Amino acid sequence: MPIIINGHDVAAPADPRVSLLDLLRERLDLTGTKKGCNQGACGACTVLIDGQRKLSCLSLAVQCDGHDITTIEAISEVDSLHPLQAAFIETDGFQCGYCTPGQIMSGIALRGEMQRGAPSHVTPRLEDVPEASNEEIRERMSGNICRCGANNGIIEAISSYVRGTL
Amino acid sequence: MELFTYERAHNPEAAVIAGAPSRAKFLGGGTNLVDLMREGIERPSALVDVTGLSQTIVETAEGGLLIGAAASNAAVAEHRLVRNRYPALSRAILAGASAQIRNMATVGGNILQRTRCRYFYDVNGARCNKRDPGQGCDAIGGFNRYHAVLGTSSHCIATHPSDMCIPLVAFDAIVHLAANGGSRSIKLAELHRDPGDTPQIETALDPGELITAIELPPLALARRSAYRKVRDRASYAFALISVAAALHVDDNRVTDVRLALGGVAHKPWRALIAERALVGQPATYDTFLAAARAELRAAQTQRDNAFKPELAARTIAAVLRTLAEEQA
Repeated sequence: MPIIINGHDVAAPADPRVSLLDLLRERLDLTGTKKGCNQGACGACTVLIDGQRKLSCLSLAVQCDGHDITTIEAISEVDSLHPLQAAFIETDGFQCGYCTPGQIMSGIALRGEMQRGAPSHVTPRLEDVPEASNEEIRERMSGNICRCGANNGIIEAISSYVRGTL
Repeated sequence: MELFTYERAHNPEAAVIAGAPSRAKFLGGGTNLVDLMREGIERPSALVDVTGLSQTIVETAEGGLLIGAAASNAAVAEHRLVRNRYPALSRAILAGASAQIRNMATVGGNILQRTRCRYFYDVNGARCNKRDPGQGCDAIGGFNRYHAVLGTSSHCIATHPSDMCIPLVAFDAIVHLAANGGSRSIKLAELHRDPGDTPQIETALDPGELITAIELPPLALARRSAYRKVRDRASYAFALISVAAALHVDDNRVTDVRLALGGVAHKPWRALIAERALVGQPATYDTFLAAARAELRAAQTQRDNAFKPELAARTIAAVLRTLAEEQA
């Protein structure tokens, strides 16, 4: 079975040591996904695997065989923006931009998690449908670090995207 | 990273055959093992991917829950029956790691994750009896704010980093195991061990043994359970200390209680001394605090973690007070 990356079949590498992140960046020239810490601490390498946000740096590419990968390159058509990308521009949700692809992939998955009612650490009651408060968004985005400190814009962009008030 | 072979297991029988060689390792979400391999701490010759094994969460005939070892941490935390019947388990998982890691990490991998002791990770710069038995422990006398205070030895003061395991031991979870020679079940509380003079041996698992599922027994008490984690930042940090608790109060007296602590020991710490001290006693803050302090009486602190016993005791008392007030 191939790995399906942005809708295209890709053969898994023969060397099982290759991470999904290195496969994307070094072999497929999909350099939108960034390598930050390469140890699961920063979230810059976040991609969607079967629709769930995961860390490509800690995923072995061979493990992705038969699975569906979506990277930042495939969230919108050429010359158009995904609504969350537009929101980041609107809110100044970045400075250097290095963490941005990971933030956006994470934010896209976050909306799906909230829409299906998944609780977070700060959700007051486990049985409640979580509200898209800034506190909720901050907690749910804690796996994506922004060293520039653009967090207020990031949270604002994702909040408006989740609330559908763009 | 050293070269290894990779194989996907399609059933537990095939997994334990593939996992039998001494340097084979089972691979779950990879969030800990892949990192340790990159650091040169783990050097498996073969990885047997067990993420395709059971991920189901089903009610048992007795009214408990059976959770496949390949279920993701996120799936367990979100599951309706877990939220309703064992809320402290949902809360503990949600208090740990990040959303991305909870999506990747499996239940089996969470149980078998290794300590985040900095000296364990520092292959070239520090001595560690867990990594290189007999070498010595640089955490003792070093930076040890995050280290253990209960059940420690002169060989190792590392903690087990899991949040998920804390309510699981409080609720008497059973671990189902498979091996080449057959299957067995043990209590999770008996799976992890104190370091003693062999801190490199972390569990009661036999070589090549695979966790296939965890089972939560029916426990009405657990419907009123809570998890509180104290850490240095509000999210995405390991526990300084954490408390899983369930409490039943009748006529202002404690009739049943479950308590376990994280961040204080080499294993998830079931607080049996405190539990026994509480049953039959008045459900007051002072009683809770006295019982908690009794549990922590045996604590041995280090240079940087002398705050832990009192922090743990007060957190236990605070969580129990909240649970008691909800029943008043």
